[in-house]
Amino acid sequence: MDLIELLKRPWPWYVAGPLIGLTVPVLLLLGNKSFGISSSLRHICAAVIPAGLPFFKYNWRKEAWNLFFVAGIAIGGFVGNFALGNPDAIVVADDTRQTLAALGVSDFSGLMPADIFSISNVFTWKGLIFFVVGGFLVGFGTRYAGGCTSGHAIMGLSNLQWPSLVATVSFMIGGFACTHLLLPFLLSLAL
Amino acid sequence: MDGCDGANRQHTAEGFISNLKYLVVGIIFGIVFLKAEIVSWFRIQEMFRLDSFHMYGVIGSAVGVGLLSVWLIRKFNIKTISGETVSIADKVFDKGQIYGGILFGIGWAITGACPGPLFAQIGAGYAAVAVTLLSAIAGTWVYGLMRARLPH
Repeated sequence: MDLIELLKRPWPWYVAGPLIGLTVPVLLLLGNKSFGISSSLRHICAAVIPAGLPFFKYNWRKEAWNLFFVAGIAIGGFVGNFALGNPDAIVVADDTRQTLAALGVSDFSGLMPADIFSISNVFTWKGLIFFVVGGFLVGFGTRYAGGCTSGHAIMGLSNLQWPSLVATVSFMIGGFACTHLLLPFLLSLAL
Repeated sequence: MDGCDGANRQHTAEGFISNLKYLVVGIIFGIVFLKAEIVSWFRIQEMFRLDSFHMYGVIGSAVGVGLLSVWLIRKFNIKTISGETVSIADKVFDKGQIYGGILFGIGWAITGACPGPLFAQIGAGYAAVAVTLLSAIAGTWVYGLMRARLPH
């Protein structure tokens, strides 16, 4: 099997996880940067819509590296999907697939369910819930918590910061509660 | 800019060309995000339904490698490429990590994405996610607006 064929398959956790963990030393050694992605959203606010708010009054240009980093992630997503894309459908755990199917999610062909994450849903109730409300909670919540999965769960825990453990546990509590209590209701509304 | 994740603690300023190396790191990690399928809404659902070990394996092994690297950097006092001592800001506890953390967790389960994967999903052609990203930026801005009135 040639290398490209191998790369096109989904990568197992024991390959991807360590590579993601290596971001921590790579960024530290390239330029004393702590791994963290959600701050890019803050820098975008500071650069584009500061509106005189004290929270956005800082030298965002010094943090511009973070914007280069997330631009790279978008390019990487493009390369990963279009040059190295998995030719087969994603393998979703049977239990998850059955639960979601019972909730009305029927399209398992892509990385994201086309039932929800398609352009035609932007101006629908689905779009309002899954894009607008969901996205707002991601932006508001990560900033309120001072970081996201990269800044707290990976960088913070790697550096033994107990506030990051509190944040990570809180992420999981919110995620479990939403998945089991809220999502069945949201999907019944939207699908 | 301490107290914010992703802080830059390098003393010397960096220009456009110097910043390109973070673009390259981002490209590699975007590819990993995509190929490990952690940008998939389905994988996030599996994680919160405890139906698959995949996401726990990714995050757990990433933390393991991160822990080991930070320990090695400190133990052998490994310098940055420009010769500076590596420094990482300590995090300070406030209640925002609980309240904000729970709110983000809810958003994570709805969108199937944390901030990094949002960028990767858009790059991968899921154009509707651009709306999610704009809304996440709006959420960040509203936090900045309400910050003084929120419990911390």
